[in-house]
Amino acid sequence: MSPEIAGVLQLLALTAALALAYRPLGDYMARVYSSEKHWKPEKWIYKAIGADPSTQMRWPAYLRGVLAFSAVGVVFLYGLQRLQGSLPGSLGFASIDPDQAFNTAASFVANTNWQSYYGEQAMGHVVQTGGLAVQNFVSAAVGMAVAVALVRGFARSRTGELGNFWSDLVRGTVRILLPIAVVGALVLVACGAIQNFAGIHEVGQFTGGTQQWNGGAVASQEAIKELGTNGGGYFNANSAHPFENPTPLSNLFEVFLILVIPFALTRTFGRMVGNLRQGYAILATMGIIWVAFTGLMMWTEFAHHGPALQAAGGAMEGKETRFGIAGSSIFAVATTLTSTGAVNSFHSSYTGLGGGITLLGMQLGEIAPGGVGSGLYGMLIMAIIAVFIAGLMVGRTPEYLGKKIGTREIKLAACYILITPALVLCFTAAAMALPTPGDSMSNPGAHGFSEILYAYTSGANNNGSAFAGLSADTQWFNSTIGIAMLLGRFLPIVFVLALAGSLAEQRPVPATAGTLRTDKPLYAGLLVGTIVIITGLTYFPALALGPLAEGLAS
Amino acid sequence: MNNSVSNTARLLGAGLRALIVLTVLCGVLYPLAVTGVAQAVFPARANGSEIKDEDGRTVGSSLIGQTYNLPERNPDDPDEAAKPDLKWFQPRPSNGLGSNSVNTQYALILSGATNKAADNPDLVKLVQDAKAAVVADNTTKSYKVAPRDVPADAVTSSGSGLDPHISPAYAELQVHRVAERNDLGVGQVEKLVADHTEGRMLGFMGEPRVNVLELNTALKALVAKG
Repeated sequence: MSPEIAGVLQLLALTAALALAYRPLGDYMARVYSSEKHWKPEKWIYKAIGADPSTQMRWPAYLRGVLAFSAVGVVFLYGLQRLQGSLPGSLGFASIDPDQAFNTAASFVANTNWQSYYGEQAMGHVVQTGGLAVQNFVSAAVGMAVAVALVRGFARSRTGELGNFWSDLVRGTVRILLPIAVVGALVLVACGAIQNFAGIHEVGQFTGGTQQWNGGAVASQEAIKELGTNGGGYFNANSAHPFENPTPLSNLFEVFLILVIPFALTRTFGRMVGNLRQGYAILATMGIIWVAFTGLMMWTEFAHHGPALQAAGGAMEGKETRFGIAGSSIFAVATTLTSTGAVNSFHSSYTGLGGGITLLGMQLGEIAPGGVGSGLYGMLIMAIIAVFIAGLMVGRTPEYLGKKIGTREIKLAACYILITPALVLCFTAAAMALPTPGDSMSNPGAHGFSEILYAYTSGANNNGSAFAGLSADTQWFNSTIGIAMLLGRFLPIVFVLALAGSLAEQRPVPATAGTLRTDKPLYAGLLVGTIVIITGLTYFPALALGPLAEGLAS
Repeated sequence: MNNSVSNTARLLGAGLRALIVLTVLCGVLYPLAVTGVAQAVFPARANGSEIKDEDGRTVGSSLIGQTYNLPERNPDDPDEAAKPDLKWFQPRPSNGLGSNSVNTQYALILSGATNKAADNPDLVKLVQDAKAAVVADNTTKSYKVAPRDVPADAVTSSGSGLDPHISPAYAELQVHRVAERNDLGVGQVEKLVADHTEGRMLGFMGEPRVNVLELNTALKALVAKG
């Protein structure tokens, strides 16, 4: 069998697995967020928090909960890293410097997991499991909570109430993420991922002497790292490291974990707004973009243009033998179309156009299917823009799901789609204009520019992957990427919750003959077009200077 | 004003308590529970899939690639280029591996890739040099290697730098050299490679591959038997 056909079969198998999980998981999540009942252990947790989980919150209160919880998370994680040198169970690893500790704390709380440190030589057991892995859970649960609040905004009317943040946070963690992560971690151990609390120990080598290995709770962190679309590797090589991702099966399983919640949330959405077909239209839009990107990636990687790849006879630089080109391409697209940023192969050594596909995937706003929660709310913002554009064409006030998209709604949606491009392009321009940031580039020519464009695209979109040749552990990059990650995560959340509040207050407008049907293929097509045009117009000049220049020259 | 300060403090307090409870749950109980089950059910895998040779000596992990080089001539010279020990099957290049620079009490290997771009002249040179070396090393009196026969994985560094595998094509290309250096028949070594070639899982997942450490361990046993 040719590698190309094997790649297509792997994509089909993955699609089939996702399709099988779609209904049960989507319906289950809808029940989790709609149920009136609290589980017993959850009640203990609410008691410890001191919050009444049945109080309904309006959008400002919900937002305050998100921000307070996240702010505490940043401070806690920063402190944990700064104190690492004095904490027991840290393998004797030193405390992290202030700028890097800020960057890492912002990164993990913002669900980005950009890493300017080398996992195996910087972070001991306490920070890895007690700090970083915890944010892998809760930052994902926050994303899902915000998405569910927006869905409630569509589903409810004549009330400003969006649910209870503490309840959504705890339920997302306890009822959705934890059970799947336990099963996922054990599957990964069965494949060969390590799971122990050994210190750094010596292991014999074939030619004599020994090598030093880290132990660690790797499988448990790997499972939630993918499931929560986080992406921060235990080891520097991330999911290319054989202890994180040992076999072709674990590879496809990790891609499955990345995609399963974001896709299934469209079912949850359809369930909660009482119209499953609306969810299918969103799902179809996500699916079309995902399959198209994966196809393009495989095509350009198998074609292996670029002088070094031509000389080698294949695009295997930065890729593992066990995954090959197909398994690496599938992973690279899944990780950049979601907010994951885990990598099983190094994007910097992809073909010029392949690297461009990973960049463009993030620049779409990570909505196909996007991060857990953030993918759904990002796509619903695009859906609003699409009905607005359609409304302009026929001169009608646009509606979506029975809610009028008026001035306030479209202003909030516009703010949402402007904030990340503004962060990406301004910071990239500043880094290029200033004398020293450019010293961090490790490749000459257009690719050097791409490294910096990639860094801010990844940071502001909360992805976390990198063209990793860039030496990002400088005060400039630690600080600016840290700021980009926080603003890129929480400003959009402000706009989403404000939008959710104003939608929930509206009375529903009945559908008429003039209402645009948003559950039809025509609308899914319009939505794909809207996404491509908005992103294309925003980023084309930057892409032309970087990956397009590199890709078209070779 | 006073009211809003105390409200904010109350909210941050709730956030902190929530974080502590969830840290106990997700950062302590969850990893401990998974570790407990993993150690009980898959102890060998959870501890790094170590393998032993015929004499029972641990030779490494079947998952982590190693180098098979000659001993250094001058151990005090850190810049001395390592020379491959051509008796053994050679792995892929690992130009992206780093060494520990932060916690220098350890000699950890830092996993990683070169991150060099497809149009980077340095990478072109690395690939060309590696190809020339593969051709020269593997050409024997009776077996000539042409540059076009060298597969891509033989001249490129992997993502982790620790790739335990090579492609079957690269293993086959090394058969004549390995047979000659160990005074074995080509047929014997070919059979060894065939026995250690793993196909795609279920026929379609991943790529066919050969585990270099397992192959060399078996080769060593074969040589010892004579």
